[in-house]
Amino acid sequence: MAEFSLPKNSKIQTGKHYPAKNAKKPRTFKIYRWTPDDGQNPRQDTFEVDLASCGPMVLDALLKIKNEIDSSLTLRRSCREGICGSCAMNIDGTNTLACTKAISDCKDTVTIYPLPHMPVVKDLVPDLTHFYAQFASVKPWLRTQSPVPADKERLQSPEDRKKIDGLYECILCACCSTSCPSYWWNGERYLGPAVLLQAYRWIADSRDEDTGARLDDLEDPFRLYRCHTIMNCARTCPKGLNPAKAIAEIKKLMIERRA
Amino acid sequence: MAQTGRPLSPHLGIYRWGVQMTTSILHRATGIALAVGTLVVLWGLLALAGGADSWATFKACAGSIIGTIVLIGWTWALSFHLCNGIRHLIQDAGKGYAIADFKRSSWLAIVFSVVLTVIIWAIVFSGGAA
Repeated sequence: MAEFSLPKNSKIQTGKHYPAKNAKKPRTFKIYRWTPDDGQNPRQDTFEVDLASCGPMVLDALLKIKNEIDSSLTLRRSCREGICGSCAMNIDGTNTLACTKAISDCKDTVTIYPLPHMPVVKDLVPDLTHFYAQFASVKPWLRTQSPVPADKERLQSPEDRKKIDGLYECILCACCSTSCPSYWWNGERYLGPAVLLQAYRWIADSRDEDTGARLDDLEDPFRLYRCHTIMNCARTCPKGLNPAKAIAEIKKLMIERRA
Repeated sequence: MAQTGRPLSPHLGIYRWGVQMTTSILHRATGIALAVGTLVVLWGLLALAGGADSWATFKACAGSIIGTIVLIGWTWALSFHLCNGIRHLIQDAGKGYAIADFKRSSWLAIVFSVVLTVIIWAIVFSGGAA
């Protein structure tokens, strides 16, 4: 059931202010903070960062804050080139990767929150346990019945290979799922755009031989049909993919196989 | 969530609004408004069946300023639900999913619903049917 306001323990309070000293190009970052250690509610800290000595991306600013202002600032990051999906967070009102989001593309005051409507582990780190469990539930691997070819791989024509373009690139950063109002209100049971795109990635793969069972598993009012084409997923995907379109293709297959 | 004691990260209050979110929530809201509005239609039918007196009461209520505003609102709800419903139909056929397409179709649904409402009420007022 949709609950629009935040629970009592999640309401955000005004936090600390760290002004910049002698900054040539100061820029304000408002960042969500929460630690399990002090029993306090989340707060929003304000950091002023000198962009004259900072890299161009939001991740650069976050790491500069962590290195020079407050070492307790907690975030996930790894590859810094948009392929690992670790630094997914809500920047400037939209979910994206901090490493590929340029500070110059943000508003004057850059606001940063963890991915929306998720339990927070600390600061910008959300708990993705349920998201990963949902991913595992679609058994995201090649499922076959025919015997393994003795002397070669399972081959695929270039045309069939093309069918998984726009699907295989998903890095499971969870930007789309946590941008989706349906997933906010029904995330316990609705699989969400990322997991459904991944499910379709295997349905669309010519080498996979378990399409029927895959569709059976998705034929459910909540797992699949909570998608109401709000399209936040497609608008927010940092890899330019279109989960809404993938979900529409699954829905079409459901109808086609009934005919 | 309650078991872990972890806070819930902010969502609706901080997410940047897009036109496609507006049409989605309006589709639901107008759907509810239409269901309630059906009761008014029912009232009108009952009033008609009840004879000249009850029909006169209904006509006076519907023709009052507040009644007219409600009816115009209801006409718009119907127009929007129709326009956006057509949009949903196209999407169910697997089309219109490119970002530029669904932004445009969202705006088209809004604009056409207003145009449709204006046309209907222009006819009503010019015909003196209200």
